[in-house]
Amino acid sequence: MPAQNPARAEFTRGFKDTLPLVIGAVPFGILFGALAVSAGISPAGTMGLSLFVFAGASQFLAAGLFAEGAGTLVIILTTFIVNLRHALYATTLGAHLQALPQRWLIPLGFWLTDESFAVAAQRFSEPDPGDDKHWYLLGSEIFMYTNWQLCTLIGIILGRAIPDPAGWGLDFAMSVTFIGLVVPLLRTRPVVVCAAAAGVTAVLANGLPHRLGLLSGALVGIALGMLVERQQENRRDD
Amino acid sequence: MTEFGIILGMFAVTFGVRYPVLALVSRIDLPEWLRRSLKFVPPAVLAAITLPAVLIRDGNRLDLSPSNDYLLAGIVAAIVAHRTNNLLWTILAGMGGLFFLRAVLP
Repeated sequence: MPAQNPARAEFTRGFKDTLPLVIGAVPFGILFGALAVSAGISPAGTMGLSLFVFAGASQFLAAGLFAEGAGTLVIILTTFIVNLRHALYATTLGAHLQALPQRWLIPLGFWLTDESFAVAAQRFSEPDPGDDKHWYLLGSEIFMYTNWQLCTLIGIILGRAIPDPAGWGLDFAMSVTFIGLVVPLLRTRPVVVCAAAAGVTAVLANGLPHRLGLLSGALVGIALGMLVERQQENRRDD
Repeated sequence: MTEFGIILGMFAVTFGVRYPVLALVSRIDLPEWLRRSLKFVPPAVLAAITLPAVLIRDGNRLDLSPSNDYLLAGIVAAIVAHRTNNLLWTILAGMGGLFFLRAVLP
């Protein structure tokens, strides 16, 4: 069937390649819906977070902070730091999307997640010219978004029936997803030092209120990673 | 009303990171230090979320013992991630490992 519309072929391929990651996001989305409702966020507010923010880890953290009674500003600041990683994804993908009009860039940007970045970065790095690769990203993103809304809704409904959703081990789904994202990054010494320092600092500072342990861990990790990279370069220059 | 403010603020900072960078990256040159530091943001943030989630259990207790099923299943997931570089296999191995441990351990 060589006569197939290339845009549609890319869209379908993006959809298909994202299926495994969608399956991984299912328990995570259900848990978010259930935890947010049990944290005291209304069903409409829980749905609103998934519809308008669409960033799983930060939604998860926001629900936890809300339950602890943290202020709105603390929640927004935490969200900003946690989602700052999307800037790297956007710089990587944006280089391939510069010819597109705003009506493409706005939705592609809004729907950008770790998972769609992971599959699309792979597709964009393939050498075939392909003027329709943005359709691949769109297919991936729409699939992730639709699934996230459905799973949030299921979680909201189940959350009322299941008193302790975390007791089922569903919260571990986020941890394994992040392990799968971070381990392949650990290829150079600066990145290894960065991740190790961030993780250890976050564990040691876990007692701090408002997830400040997470924020300080991230900042220490970034600083040490840059420091080690600079030292390596200085040594090379000597 | 608090909820509305939280959703609006979270939307603003998240979309504010994703979209402008995507739209402008080819038109403006990011400063060198920013470009360098961005590379370290995903590993730092992901590790700072994940390590406490796996190691600190039952409220506020650091649990490095073999009875911590999240730790054992997390190690399995990390080994699979290292060997395969495949997110789906990592998730399946980690979640499968956790449910296996829960079925086997008392």
